[in-house]
Amino acid sequence: MYAKTENQLAWLYVLPVVLLVAFNAIIPLMAVVNYSVQETFGNNIFFFEGVKWFEQVLHSERFHASLLRQLAFTGIILVIEVPLGVAIALAMPRKGPWVSVCLVLMALPLLIPWNVVGAMWNIFALPDIGMLGRTLNRLGVNYNYTQQPISAWATLIAMDVWHWTSLVVLLAYAGLSAIPEAYYQAAKIDGASAWAVFRYIQLPKMKRVLTIAVLLRFMDSFNIYTEPFVLTGGGPGNATTLLSIDLVKIALGQFDLGPAAAMSLIYFLIILLLSWIFYTVMTRGEEQR
Amino acid sequence: MRRLTWLVPTLYILFLLLPIYWLISMSFKTTNEILGSFTLWPHKFTLDNYYKIFTDSTWYSGYRNSVIYVVINTVISVTVALPAAYAFSRFRFLGDKHLFFWLLTNRMAPAAVFALPFFQLYSAIGLFDTHIAVALAHCLFNIPLAVWILEGFMSSVPKQLDETAYLDGYGFWRFFLRIFIPTIAAGIGVAAFFCFMFSWVELLLAKTLTSVAAKPIAATMTRTASSSGYELGLLAAAGTLTIIPGAIVIYFVRNYIAKGFALGRV
Repeated sequence: MYAKTENQLAWLYVLPVVLLVAFNAIIPLMAVVNYSVQETFGNNIFFFEGVKWFEQVLHSERFHASLLRQLAFTGIILVIEVPLGVAIALAMPRKGPWVSVCLVLMALPLLIPWNVVGAMWNIFALPDIGMLGRTLNRLGVNYNYTQQPISAWATLIAMDVWHWTSLVVLLAYAGLSAIPEAYYQAAKIDGASAWAVFRYIQLPKMKRVLTIAVLLRFMDSFNIYTEPFVLTGGGPGNATTLLSIDLVKIALGQFDLGPAAAMSLIYFLIILLLSWIFYTVMTRGEEQR
Repeated sequence: MRRLTWLVPTLYILFLLLPIYWLISMSFKTTNEILGSFTLWPHKFTLDNYYKIFTDSTWYSGYRNSVIYVVINTVISVTVALPAAYAFSRFRFLGDKHLFFWLLTNRMAPAAVFALPFFQLYSAIGLFDTHIAVALAHCLFNIPLAVWILEGFMSSVPKQLDETAYLDGYGFWRFFLRIFIPTIAAGIGVAAFFCFMFSWVELLLAKTLTSVAAKPIAATMTRTASSSGYELGLLAAAGTLTIIPGAIVIYFVRNYIAKGFALGRV
């Protein structure tokens, strides 16, 4: 890195971005804050309620259950997608015509609208007429994602792995392609094992992109709404009701604006806090590079 | 063992293609065949589903709407992100680090949180049900991402490039447009790719902010699914068509993705 020059006029370059994002972020956020401290009985009449909704949400078992499901979902998909993505990136060809073919095919799921992803897996996994569901049942697995929570969870996780592992692959592959050939030759001369090459050359070089991959996957999986909504609608029962689905149920289904707004803010704070922890842990020691 | 490594990506790609194959094959089947029997490929091959989409304006206008707001959003996001990313990569200024982090926090905001206030905000300023409303709303998460990606690419360009250009008598904008932007073309490609991608796949906000005139294709699909019952073939055909724009974009940026990522520290 180089030293940056001090220049307060740089604010002018940043201004359009700040204005556009602030317009979209601050006004709606203030609206949410407003709702979160008020009670309404319709007719646009509001009463100040202080932190009542926050207390209610924090003590509600329904919120705890959704949060737990959310944490479980995010934890499971991170544990599967990150190592799997790295493994696939390591196994990919480094040069030649197959690189483009692999990249194009792998990026395909990333560019499918989220509700189409949900709909696609919905019909793919149908126990009677879907390819996956039918095959599993033929093999003797008792599988029906509209009725069994375990099947629903397995389908949800399979769908997310299908949808997002490629993002990890693309980022990890980019990190790997940045390693100069000379490093590998040096390792070969030293007689380093494949594991040593991975541990001391490839992994450190991928650290930066992997930080981004983990952060993106964490944020996006924590915010996931459309795909599970289309796939299972949060069911069977409440088995796959993740935080976003629960939130929309409360806000638009029951029109409980106060509790929904309080829940939104708590939800957002949890994401901020966890992202900050991830970021701090993963970039630790970067200063001494 | 070396010789078997090609198996890993191959199996993975096979896993990726299976649900897509199922969707495409279903789109060429009649409703009777889908519901009545289990067939691995269409036995009574039909183009009826596609015919309906291309002749019914509620369907094909959905595609047009989606493409319009996605393109507007990508252009806005990348255009405003370019100077901002330059500022973050080259200068120190009051609150720069906080500002950068604040921008990123917007990437973390759950769309579900903002759905209702967005509806109220865009209704209040009279932009409800316009393409520009969705394009602006998607800026919330696309601008931070574009700034983040471009900043990475710009920081990998040595500062000597700027200094030499200024010594040669270039003004800022001339240097920026003539020299700097071509230097980071790969980064712009990657940023545009990601903006396109996240705007194209997002549905919750796009659906909330539109009703008729700017309704995205994805919303047409969900509404049709509930109103016309169980027309899976039609739904599958519409889904298949939503994959095509993405596939075209990937094809164009395929070299940027491979090389582009490596250049920047994305």
